[in-house]
Amino acid sequence: MKTTEDLQSCRYELSENGEGEITLQIQGQLDVSNSAAVINGLNKWFRDRRLGALTVDLEALTHLDDFGVLALVQTRRLVAEREGTFHLKNVSDNVSEMLSFFHFDSLARKPPFAKRRRPGMLIRLGDGTIRVASEFRSLTAFIGAVCLGLLHVCRHPRSLRTDDTFLYMQKTGVDALPIIALISFLIGLTMAFMSAVQLEQFGANIYVASLVSLMMARELGPIMTAIIVAGRSGSAFAAEIGTMKVSEEVDALFTMGFDTVRFLAVPKIVASVLVVPLLTLFSDLFAILGGLVVGVFMLDLTANGYMDQTIKTLSVFDVFWGLFKSGVFAFLVAWIGCFRGFQVEGGAASVGEATTSAVVSGIFLIILFDAIFSVILRYWG
Amino acid sequence: MPFSRLYSDTGGERQVVGRQPLIQVKRLVAKYGEDVVLDRISFDVYEGEIFVVLGGSGCGKSTLLKHLIGLIPPHSGQVIIDGYDISKSDEVTIENVLRRIGVLYQSAALFGSMTLAENVALPIKEYTALPPEAVTTLVRMKLNLVNLGAYEDYFPSEISGGMKKRAGLARAMALNPKILFFDEPSAGLDPVTSAELDNLIIHLNKTLGTTMVIVTHELQSIFSVAHRVIMLDKHSKGIIADGEPKYLRDHSKNPFVRKFFNREAPEEITA
Repeated sequence: MKTTEDLQSCRYELSENGEGEITLQIQGQLDVSNSAAVINGLNKWFRDRRLGALTVDLEALTHLDDFGVLALVQTRRLVAEREGTFHLKNVSDNVSEMLSFFHFDSLARKPPFAKRRRPGMLIRLGDGTIRVASEFRSLTAFIGAVCLGLLHVCRHPRSLRTDDTFLYMQKTGVDALPIIALISFLIGLTMAFMSAVQLEQFGANIYVASLVSLMMARELGPIMTAIIVAGRSGSAFAAEIGTMKVSEEVDALFTMGFDTVRFLAVPKIVASVLVVPLLTLFSDLFAILGGLVVGVFMLDLTANGYMDQTIKTLSVFDVFWGLFKSGVFAFLVAWIGCFRGFQVEGGAASVGEATTSAVVSGIFLIILFDAIFSVILRYWG
Repeated sequence: MPFSRLYSDTGGERQVVGRQPLIQVKRLVAKYGEDVVLDRISFDVYEGEIFVVLGGSGCGKSTLLKHLIGLIPPHSGQVIIDGYDISKSDEVTIENVLRRIGVLYQSAALFGSMTLAENVALPIKEYTALPPEAVTTLVRMKLNLVNLGAYEDYFPSEISGGMKKRAGLARAMALNPKILFFDEPSAGLDPVTSAELDNLIIHLNKTLGTTMVIVTHELQSIFSVAHRVIMLDKHSKGIIADGEPKYLRDHSKNPFVRKFFNREAPEEITA
C-alpha cells in the first residue's frame, strides 16, 4: 500500500509491506516552508497504526534545515511511541552534516520543558509574610526619606527643583482641570436631579442647593478630585520613576551624588499638595454650577435664591476642611505613586504592575483616610 | 557555492558578480523633519553575504537600518527586499518582508516577562502549525545553536549581556529568515564575548547560508566577520566607501576612510 503527499517543494511517499515495515521516501526540500505539514501529515497517518520498523529514505532529499531535522526527530518519536525501530537510509554527506550540527541523535531523548514548580502552602505563606513585612519596612523607610526631603526643602527652599515642580503643577493641576470640571459638573447635576425627586414631594426644593454644596465641599469634592488625580498623576509618577529605574537613570542620579527621593519624589509631592486643593475648589464650584442648572431649569428656583441658599449652608470651616483633606489626599497619592515607581525591578512588566498598584493603593489610601477624618470630625470636631 | 566565488578578482574595490541581489536600495532619501540624514544612497546586498554598514556616530547607520527593516518609510527612493518593495508600505508587502527577516536589536529586546524558551517559541507558535512537542524540540535546537541550551528556563534579567544577545539571535532566527539584521551586536560586550558572537555570526552564515546585515563601528568585529562594507559619512550624507574592509584600510583613495579603518583621529586628516 502506498500513500503519497505533494507539498510545497517537497513530496513524501509512504509504502507498507504488510508486515509492519514501512518506508518513508522524502523528495525535494524539507525545510521551514513544509515541515509543519509533513509532521502533521505523518501524525495523522501513524494514528491508530501499528508498525514494526520505519525506514526513512533520504536519497532524493535536496535540502534540509533545522525545521527539516525537526520533522525527522518527530517522526522518530512517533515510531518510538509505537515501540518500532527507526532507520535513516541513503544519508548524503550534506544531510549527515546538518543532522550532527543540530544534534539529531540527542534531541529526542530530552524531556519537555520543566514546568515551574508551584511551592507548597507553607512556603507561599512564609513568602507572603516576608513580602508584606519587607514592603512595610520599605514603606516606612520611604516615608522617612520623603519627610527628610521635605524638611530639607523647608530649611533650604532653594534646593527644591522649581522647574520640575512647576512642570508637575501644570501636569497635575492645569492639565487635569477640564476633566475635573466636566466630571464635577455632571456629578452636581446628577446629585441635584436625584435629590430633587425626593425633596420635591415635601416642597423642599431649595434644600437641593444645601445638599449639593455641603456634600461636595466636605466629602465628594476632595474624594472625586483625589481619585482622578490618582488615576492621572499617581500612575504617571509610578510609570516615570519605574521606567527610570529600569533604564538605570535612578542609579545614575545616585552615583552622581543626588538624593533620588529629593530629586524625583519631592517636586512631585510638593506640586500635588499645592495644586490638588485648588482643583478641589474648582470641583466644588463646577458641581454647584451643575446643581444650579437643575435648580433653575427643573425646580423653578432662581439663580439668586439657589446661590443664597448655598452661601447660607456652607461655612468657612466646611470649605477649608475639604481643602485640608484634599491636601492630605494629594500627598498620599503622590507619595504612593513615587513609592511604587521606586519599587520597580526588572523590565516592562514590573512597570505595568507598579502603575496599577499606584492607582489601587492610592484610591485605598484616599478612602481609608477619609474614613479616619470622618471619625476625627465626629468625636473631636 | 563558497562565498569567495561571488567576487571578481580584478583587484581594486571589488564588485560582487554572478547573483541577484537580495536587498536593493535605490536612491534612498531619509529625513527627520527637514533634516536630510541620507541623501540618495544606493547599494545592493547579495545572498549569503555578511554585509556591514559602518560610519562615525550620527552618520545615519541606525536610520538606514530602520529603513531596511521597514520601521520607517523612506522619504523617497526604494528599498527592495527579496523582490518586495517595502517603500510602498502596503500591508501585504510589509508582512511578506517581515517573514523573510530577523532582527537582533542592540539591547536584544527580549521580553522580560518570558523565559528564554518562551521568547524563542513566541514567533514559532504564532507563524507555524507545528504541534506543541515539536515547538519544544525546535526551541531547544535554536537555543543549542547559540549555546544556551542549559538556560531555557531563565528569564532575561537572570543572564548576562552576551547571553541576552545570543538569546536575541536565537529568537531572530526562530523562523529561519533569509536575512538577519544586527544593530550594534558588539555594543556593551567585553572583547571575548564580542569575539564569541562574531564567531557565531560567521558559523551561522557558513552553515545556514543566512545573509547578514550588520550595523556597527567595532573595527575588530568588522575585520573578522565582514565580506563587504559600506561606509556612511555625516557630511556628504552618503556612501563614501564600498568594498572589502582590509582592502579599504590599505588602499582606499579616501584618506578619511583609511584613517577610520586605522583608528586614527580625524584631526590629523585636516592637519
